[in-house]
Amino acid sequence: MEYLLLFIGTVIVNNFVLVQFLGICPFIGVSKQVSTSIGMGIATTFVMVMAALASWLIQHFILVPLGLEYLQTLSFILVIAALVQLVEMFLHKSIPGLYRAMGIFLPLITTNCAVLGLALNAVLRDYNLGESLVYGFGAGVGFTLALIMIAGIREELEFADIPKPLKGAAIALITAGLLSLAFSGFAGMI
Amino acid sequence: MNKMIKDFLRGLWDEHPTFRIMIGMCPTLAVTTAAINGFGMAVATTFVLVCSSILISVLKKVIPGGVRIPAYIIVIATFVTTVDYIMQAFTPDLHESLGVFIPLIVVNCIILGRAEAYASKMPVVWSAFDALGMGLGFTWGLTLIGSIRELLGSGTVFGFSIMPDGFTPIAILTSPPGAFITLGVLLALMNVVSSKISEKIKAKQQRAAN
Repeated sequence: MEYLLLFIGTVIVNNFVLVQFLGICPFIGVSKQVSTSIGMGIATTFVMVMAALASWLIQHFILVPLGLEYLQTLSFILVIAALVQLVEMFLHKSIPGLYRAMGIFLPLITTNCAVLGLALNAVLRDYNLGESLVYGFGAGVGFTLALIMIAGIREELEFADIPKPLKGAAIALITAGLLSLAFSGFAGMI
Repeated sequence: MNKMIKDFLRGLWDEHPTFRIMIGMCPTLAVTTAAINGFGMAVATTFVLVCSSILISVLKKVIPGGVRIPAYIIVIATFVTTVDYIMQAFTPDLHESLGVFIPLIVVNCIILGRAEAYASKMPVVWSAFDALGMGLGFTWGLTLIGSIRELLGSGTVFGFSIMPDGFTPIAILTSPPGAFITLGVLLALMNVVSSKISEKIKAKQQRAAN
């Protein structure tokens, strides 16, 4: 039950993109088509769960016992970069079909602040291993949800008659604002 | 010398990180609930940007090409950790309100972008000026967004009361949806201004041609 609440809280109430502003770059940059945003979302979710696991292990088996907490930011970002590289190599060798679909998104994930933000937040809130994994998965699902929603709207916007100055990023941001407004309706649900 | 000034000024308008290239968006939207937060965040980012550009430019011949990105990340993360601890010691309130976004300066694409596109190829002084220009551009952008949101959302700027007594704050502007909407409207205004400017320039050129 506790895990379910944490999951729903992370996906909807504290949505990573629309409420916490983590992962805005891909949210604005890679959200023009629903199909690409599904690929991006799945790849990011996968890396997020792995990153939650890896950062928990590093924090509790290396940094805390050795008193090296000040290396947190440095070690987490390096682990995430290495992780992304490993996932890329693994997919390239073993599942070429999936690699072709997801490959171009993988390098982008390293600099997605949602991944590092998730690792840092999980440590800050003192989550145990199970909670960290649920938090990572929830963050990924929430990110995917927001990405697909805005991509769907932007596909429709292509055919809409938008005033010239609002074209492109401006209308995308205002749309995101309205989505965020809808999500703020969930505040206080948990 | 002229070229250096041009590179410096580029970050302030033509290649403004927030309004033109649209990178570093997470802190832009997240911490600009008040002018001081936006300003503090941007100054911290500028410090990291300038320091890491200088160091990367100094080390550009030492860093092997194959592992340059991880090497840049280590340099950047070192300065970010420094800033994190400095702010925790000297500006604890600001550190509290910026929260997780201080360590997240590491993944701010502006810094890695300048390292890869400029500092890894250019001499030290040039890289420092380029980074400073980008940093100042980021600073005025974030301070402007923060001021607008604070002014309309709580009636103050940098904590000083500005609006008359009868003003009812538009609370939504300090909440998450307000961030998206403020930036969207600002971008649209920028588009209007720059298209007016380019129209003027075009008209002038035509008149000169005639």
